[in-house]
Amino acid sequence: MSKKSPPKSAAKSKTSSRGVTEKILLQMYRSVYATRQFELKCMDLYRQGLVRGYLHPYLGEEAIAAGACAAIGHDDFIVSTHRGHGHCISKGADLKLMVAEIMGRATGYCKGRGGSMHIFSKENHNLGANGIVGAGIPIATGAAMGIKVRKEKRVVLVFFSDGAANQGVFGESMNFAAAFELPVIFMLENNHYAVSTPVECSFGNCDLACKGPAFGMPGICIDGNDAVEVYLTTKSAVERALNGEGPTLIEAKTYRHGGHHLNDPGDYMDQKVLAEWKARDPLDILRGKIRGKKKVKEVEDQAELELSEAIEFAKNSPQPSVDEFLTSIPNF
Amino acid sequence: MAEMMYREALNRALFEEMRKDPLVFVLGENIGERGGSYKVTEGLIKEFGAERVIDTPLAEATFTGAAVGAALAGTRPVVDILFVDFTTVPMDAIVNQAAKYEFMSGGQGQVPMVLRTQGGAGNSLAAQHSQSLEALFYHIPGLKLVMPSSPYDAYGLLVSAIRDDQPTIFIEHKLLYMTKGEVPEEEYVVPLGEADVKKEGSDVTLLTYSYMTLKCLEAAELLEKEGISVEVVDLRTLKPLDEETILASARKTGRVIIVHEACKRGGIGGDIAAMIMEEAYDDLDGPVMRVCGLDTPIPYNLELEKVCIPTTEDIVEAIIKIT
Repeated sequence: MSKKSPPKSAAKSKTSSRGVTEKILLQMYRSVYATRQFELKCMDLYRQGLVRGYLHPYLGEEAIAAGACAAIGHDDFIVSTHRGHGHCISKGADLKLMVAEIMGRATGYCKGRGGSMHIFSKENHNLGANGIVGAGIPIATGAAMGIKVRKEKRVVLVFFSDGAANQGVFGESMNFAAAFELPVIFMLENNHYAVSTPVECSFGNCDLACKGPAFGMPGICIDGNDAVEVYLTTKSAVERALNGEGPTLIEAKTYRHGGHHLNDPGDYMDQKVLAEWKARDPLDILRGKIRGKKKVKEVEDQAELELSEAIEFAKNSPQPSVDEFLTSIPNF
Repeated sequence: MAEMMYREALNRALFEEMRKDPLVFVLGENIGERGGSYKVTEGLIKEFGAERVIDTPLAEATFTGAAVGAALAGTRPVVDILFVDFTTVPMDAIVNQAAKYEFMSGGQGQVPMVLRTQGGAGNSLAAQHSQSLEALFYHIPGLKLVMPSSPYDAYGLLVSAIRDDQPTIFIEHKLLYMTKGEVPEEEYVVPLGEADVKKEGSDVTLLTYSYMTLKCLEAAELLEKEGISVEVVDLRTLKPLDEETILASARKTGRVIIVHEACKRGGIGGDIAAMIMEEAYDDLDGPVMRVCGLDTPIPYNLELEKVCIPTTEDIVEAIIKIT
């Protein structure tokens, strides 16, 4: 059982926006709020039978994607995970194409071929979610190598979980990125569980941020439920990367608000700890830092409108054509 | 025409493509100053520098995955994996990532990467450095698969593979690197997906690829003196498979033997034989036969190693049996 309580240091920064502009705060709030609503609506759609397969909600972790994506530019790349809706939304995805993809429709980001675990958006420089835990880490490292070959000024932000940090490619990629001073930000979303296995049972050393210095880069542990803290930390990692100083590991501590996927009740989670984390909801923490409550409401209304339009769009979208699929299969 | 070694032809293709396209780069173990174990990347680092000739840490899973990422980010990586035996380490990057990204992303994320590697027995390198693992890749939709047998084809196919927008597994053979052949001085390509009739004949067809092409040509020459006319079709590209050339030859001779060094069980020969029987059964004079490697790991001892791999005599014997 994971009995890790929320970080105490968070209390002091609870209401401070630490100099972050209202524009950025609202941008992050839009990401957090839209993701929250998106996940709740997708769960409804799933229960109605309109979404199939696996659905891994990002509920409770929204501030990480929101803060980190606000700290990078449109041309910067992200690499996502199976729990990737929040990354996708925070990087600026079109909710219509997202819902359509999750519903397997022809109009979706991947023409209904990918689904929730494989959303990719070339336009948003989202190099894709991935169904293989940890596989995005070397892909991100390589994308950063590609940036160097192309002599561009961009960074790659890669999201992955504590579970992925036990894959061999995590250590290899950290080493690789440090050895070549690649512009990568390794965003370790420590939600304390690899499906049902708690961090305490699967690491010899549960201080995951310390793996950064071990490979030759900074390792910073932060409160992942505080979007402002995520934003500021990512911002300094981006500066470092753009200055040619290499990668940074950020361990953002957070907690899933439920089981691994929709059909996993998460009975193995310590209900007391879960309640403590829920009391520190990333949505409430960020809302508490924004003064203009009217603007908050506007953002909420706008996100809800976009989402309901997206769901309508997806419901009215055609299923992919079987003939078109069959004729498009290449001979290799 | 200049005579050139197989490894020199590959080296020339890399030089020319890297000069032509600044997005092409190579990465792998010991490919920089050392120039690779078989000197295929020799000299590249002097001209293109360490940013485009990347000596990676010894971490195949990561540098192959990184090639996928670099390709997605708009470059054209050529990954070098020392032995095909080592491709089992980065299999996720090859099978779940490179082969599937374009498909999963609805066409948005192409992976124009080439994975160059080297296989085959013959140098007493034992069970983990002598395998022929092409069937693993043949089985995975989304990967192109190339196995050239001559310097001419090695150059022309590598150029094509680098310019191609899909991931290509390019398997060289360790016994071919020092073989020589004519290579035109001007630039040319050998298109992917085209087999080559290396020798025309009318009595029997040998379908083969890579190093076994040489053995098949030897066998054909020996039997020519006995009055048996043997056609040798070098498949060159296994995916896309040139079914048209295969079937044309099968229909012409009516007798087909597939020759490959890889194990017979689950090998590519079985699939091609089935395809021929499905498409050209009425034109055949007998069942399609196979001369393949034994279903065993490759032993170290030279004499034991020899019996695992088809010889010219094995091929001759098989031809005599069906003609």
